[in-house]
Amino acid sequence: MATQRARMTDQEVDEIIGTLLRGGVMLSAAVVAAGGVWYLIQYGTTAPSYHVFLGEPAYLRNVRGIVGGIPGFHCRRVIQFGLVLLIATPVARVAFSVVAFFLQRDRAYVAITSIVLAVLLFSLLGEH
Amino acid sequence: MNVLEFTALVGLISGAAGFLGALTGLGGGVVLTPVLVLLLGVDLHYAIGATLVSVIATSSGAAAAYVREGFSNIRIGMFLEIATTVGAVCGAFAAAKIPASQLGVVFGVVLLYSAWLSTLSHGAPRPDEPPDALAGRLRLAGSYPTPQGPKSYKVSHVKTGFGLMFVAGALSGLLGIGSGALKVIAMDRAMRIPFKVSTTTSNFMIGVTAAASAGVYLNRGYIDPGLTMPVMLGVLAGSMLGARLLAGAPTKALRLLFGLVVGVLAIEMIYSGVTGRL
Repeated sequence: MATQRARMTDQEVDEIIGTLLRGGVMLSAAVVAAGGVWYLIQYGTTAPSYHVFLGEPAYLRNVRGIVGGIPGFHCRRVIQFGLVLLIATPVARVAFSVVAFFLQRDRAYVAITSIVLAVLLFSLLGEH
Repeated sequence: MNVLEFTALVGLISGAAGFLGALTGLGGGVVLTPVLVLLLGVDLHYAIGATLVSVIATSSGAAAAYVREGFSNIRIGMFLEIATTVGAVCGAFAAAKIPASQLGVVFGVVLLYSAWLSTLSHGAPRPDEPPDALAGRLRLAGSYPTPQGPKSYKVSHVKTGFGLMFVAGALSGLLGIGSGALKVIAMDRAMRIPFKVSTTTSNFMIGVTAAASAGVYLNRGYIDPGLTMPVMLGVLAGSMLGARLLAGAPTKALRLLFGLVVGVLAIEMIYSGVTGRL
């Protein structure tokens, strides 16, 4: 009985992935929009400066810094947090696929999706 | 121009790019970077960072609809994503090493190629291919829904497709674009996967490929919250509206128009790169 329950069909997996992707995008858009309104209220009348590449400050450049490593809560960080949620959405999808293939006892695809997940985590969490 | 006006302008341009990108199926990212760079004077690295993030949003949003319809093939997508993600990370590292002027020229050449591709037709009948052993072992074959019931298909030339996907990933990471056109070519032309399955699976893959380079971009400081906010929200809103109006749109005329715009932007990018104005 347990195995019957555990074995998801491809269709069920597709349904969950669809919900996951939509939810991730909508949540991230909401956070970015909220941070954006705050940003415009605070900096709306200043001059934009994107002509020269300076790079972002350290606390906006890695997941730990954005999510909470450094104290301080302000609008640019809220937007960046929303963007990290967006980048994390496909990563969550791949992570879910690893689990789904595992439950389907599909060893080859557990390995394949794990490689993809490893590359994504290396990119997102590594210090480059 | 203050931040408020700049944000509104970027949001409007991004909305239009997302709208046209969804209607034509060419994606909005490919025109957005040159517009930001050439019209608004944004540094190329900030522009590709913002555009790449918007690519994740549109791809994931569209993929959510496609996976439910049952067109996209998750096994094909996952297997090929090994090639696209590794390529994307390599491309993102290379983007930091290459000066903006040279990057601009590469961007222009890729744009020109996409414009040319968009004028080609697809779905021509093709001779039967011998079955591919690797495709069999990886169980890549699948089926997709048609009005007459599910139609099954086989997959050929897996190695060629895998190689092309590495290139697609590298270009995506290098230029901050989705590389949807090249992904579709790899699946539709090389691997002989039905066009509808190719396009939806490509869409599904674009988000994962883009996420692979986005991490590197973030770490290098290419993703500026103030610029990316209107780009991401604008492209997302525009593409959702475009997808809704897709049924009644004069797609052919729009593709031609879009192809022309892309062509002009491409030449301008190459010119700016060569003359060192980037």
